[in-house]
Amino acid sequence: MRYLKAFGQFWYEFVIGDDPKIAAAVVTALAVLVAALSIGLFGEVGLTVLGGVLIVAAFAVTLFIDTRPRVNRDR
Amino acid sequence: MTAAVWGVVIAAFVASFVEMVEATTIVMAMGFTRGWRSALLGTLAAVGALAVVTVAAGYAIATWLPESVLQLVVGCLLLIFGLQWLRKAILRASGRKAVHDEDAIYQKEVAAAEAAGKGAGGLDMFGFMVSFKGVFLEGTEVVFIVITFGLNAHNVPAAALGALGAIIIVPAIALAAKRPLSMINENMLKYVVGLLLASFGTYWSVAGVGVFRAGHQVLSWPGHDLAILVLLAVWFALSRVFIAALRDRSPREQEKVTA
Repeated sequence: MRYLKAFGQFWYEFVIGDDPKIAAAVVTALAVLVAALSIGLFGEVGLTVLGGVLIVAAFAVTLFIDTRPRVNRDR
Repeated sequence: MTAAVWGVVIAAFVASFVEMVEATTIVMAMGFTRGWRSALLGTLAAVGALAVVTVAAGYAIATWLPESVLQLVVGCLLLIFGLQWLRKAILRASGRKAVHDEDAIYQKEVAAAEAAGKGAGGLDMFGFMVSFKGVFLEGTEVVFIVITFGLNAHNVPAAALGALGAIIIVPAIALAAKRPLSMINENMLKYVVGLLLASFGTYWSVAGVGVFRAGHQVLSWPGHDLAILVLLAVWFALSRVFIAALRDRSPREQEKVTA
């Protein structure tokens, strides 16, 4: 069990790394693209461009979360 | 060689170069403090383990995973890796995260090695295990990059060639310099690798979404492979915008991001 846990931990750190927001952003952007594909929102070119825009937007959101001003609760 | 093949070779070379610099720093720290026998044996054991992992993973991926699913899955993983590196590069360039310092990492490894006690056996297990772990972890990333770049570009030898170049060149530089490779601008390299992985990852993951439509055919980008160059330019331009925006925003209130 200990080895299984260590194995899982290794792959989690390898794939997800120290910032799960990035993985969440990528999965969210692609899930939205799959939804757009399934309802026939755009043609092939439109879908690829939409995918690129969604990924960039999702990445920008993670950066914003990382760098947003934080309230000092100690004051 | 075509531009696409050169792209795969260069991408694999640069990505592997960064991983090799990190592995070499660890092995050198162990070699100089705990002895070269244990450090080199640990490195050899890790290379052997990596060879087994490469053959097993390559066979499993090529045999059991349909090509369209492979494109989506590895595209996603490359994108996650690339954006993680790009995020750190942007935060470092904008002064919001401490710069990666190979000298400091070397000194930290040396201090840990000197603090650890000597074992009774002939082989120094501390030096062996730290070298093994360092080379295996960094090497796994190199193997992953070669497999994903190679399989997606239908040219594993080109990706392997790029990685092999880095595997030979980095230790050679370290051997000639006889010191940690802090003279290499690793932050800049990581920025470049982040841009490359993000561009290839965006291209392949979006194309791979086509597996969800009838016929399971991948989505075709306008301009096909040339779209990767456009994506590279877009990610580069956006990263510069992010860096400039983060530098300008309340510099006195900047907080170092810990992750």
